[in-house]
Amino acid sequence: MPDIIYLDNAATTRLRPEVLDAMMPYLTEKYANPSSIHSFGAECNAACEESRKTIAKMINAKDNEIYFTSGGSESDNWAIKSAAYMRKDKGKHIITSAIEHHAVMETCEFLARDGFEITFVGVDDKGILKLDELKAAIRPDTILISVIYANNEIGTIQPIKEMGEIARSKGILFHTDAVQAFGHVPIDVEKENIDLLSASAHKIHGPKGIGMLYMKNNIKLTPMIHGGPHERRRRAGTLNVPGIVGFGRAAELCRGSMEECAVELTKKRNYLIDRILKEIPHSRLNGDREKRLPGNANISFRYIEGESMLMLVDMKGIAASTGSACASGSLDPSHVLLAIGLPHEIAHGSLRMTLSDYTTKEELDYTVEALKEVVARLRAMSPLYEDAVKNKEV
Amino acid sequence: MQYSNKVMDHFTNPRNVGEIENASGVGTVGNAKCGDIMRVYLDIDDNGFIKDVKFKTFGCGAAVATSSMATELIKGKHIDEALKLTNRSVMEALDGLPAIKVHCSVLAEEAVRAALWDYSEKRGLKIDGLEKPVDDIHDSHHEDLHEDD
Repeated sequence: MPDIIYLDNAATTRLRPEVLDAMMPYLTEKYANPSSIHSFGAECNAACEESRKTIAKMINAKDNEIYFTSGGSESDNWAIKSAAYMRKDKGKHIITSAIEHHAVMETCEFLARDGFEITFVGVDDKGILKLDELKAAIRPDTILISVIYANNEIGTIQPIKEMGEIARSKGILFHTDAVQAFGHVPIDVEKENIDLLSASAHKIHGPKGIGMLYMKNNIKLTPMIHGGPHERRRRAGTLNVPGIVGFGRAAELCRGSMEECAVELTKKRNYLIDRILKEIPHSRLNGDREKRLPGNANISFRYIEGESMLMLVDMKGIAASTGSACASGSLDPSHVLLAIGLPHEIAHGSLRMTLSDYTTKEELDYTVEALKEVVARLRAMSPLYEDAVKNKEV
Repeated sequence: MQYSNKVMDHFTNPRNVGEIENASGVGTVGNAKCGDIMRVYLDIDDNGFIKDVKFKTFGCGAAVATSSMATELIKGKHIDEALKLTNRSVMEALDGLPAIKVHCSVLAEEAVRAALWDYSEKRGLKIDGLEKPVDDIHDSHHEDLHEDD
């Protein structure tokens, strides 16, 4: 058993050794600036273009529709802010969902302070966006729809194709934050009517600090970072060559084995979910069982609080995550868990475990045993559990 | 966010966890909405000394640690001493808390006072400086507690 059982792959993933191998030359001897005219620079440029091709192919985009950025948050900010300011003469209404990542949610809130109107469309109890609500929210002045492809907390995969169709039929730009989905589920920007898509390398065993924005060719967003001819003048800054090469290699490794990996990962995830739900009373799965990222398990344990659970499993060598308020620095638990209708008390008791190809069955068995112990220990000191026992609810 | 060693110690080995049957006073504060609930049980002798104290807490690491420390600080003490317990003394005894966790120490103070209030009600006593506990600590203290966030 390794020292750390890493079940926080939605936060970030370990770098694959093959990815590091691909990056190494560009961290060492191949250090030229890809914008330089000399052949030394051209070699680095060629490596970046190879990565661009691989990444484009993965989502059925054209090479020149991929723009490298510093990561998912930058891509989200760029897509939403530039789309909003470019189209502000047409209208100032933006539609998004109630379960966005903070990079989208807070960008929209920023725009709201600058005179834009934002509608947050709700989701059902599994976390799937209500398409009829989306349709009803559209107004003549709606300029952008942005909905997360697959949620980072509960893993729910959205009906993106349907949303894309709705947006396109109304001439509204459609952006999706696909940071959690990219490389894990098949994406086709053409079939799914996606205009803008954000993705990141470090969620697919690539390096941190590199991501991309897919921008459909007929959409020419204004730059958010000015300062040079890079990325067809739309995103200035010397290219992060090792990062881009690593991103490309990580994507290539996903593409080669995505279906197989998804099947294997789903099996492992279901094994974990089934054991927990069966062996730990008063636990519930958050999110949809089927329309779910292969590696995501998000479970609420009643009568106990997430941060203390997280700390105790951490002491047993397990790295996980929680939607509890105490872990977020506010008094409110995760907006995603509240959006699917969980009462605060149950949202506070959530634990997110996100698996990767590296996760073994042995690790999952250990995790279930550790959880049983931790949950029992915390319930023994919970006044809510005490009341439930007295009221014969348990 | 980093917890002190003392907080970690009281979180991993909390003192005085449990219930007291037929307790002299029981106080529950907080609410599940905010993610912390503390319940304190007191066993007080005829001379007003706290012979035993137990707690149960639903909450984060800091909530557990502050409950544990608060009970340690009042155990064996006279109720007059226990009334002097403040969130600051609980925090100091724990070598400090992260700013966003200060409200947990307030909750611990309130839980002790709520249990003492219950004791005074049961005994028909009037204890100086003790008021009926606030129903929802977070609703009343939310703003001023988070000034330094």
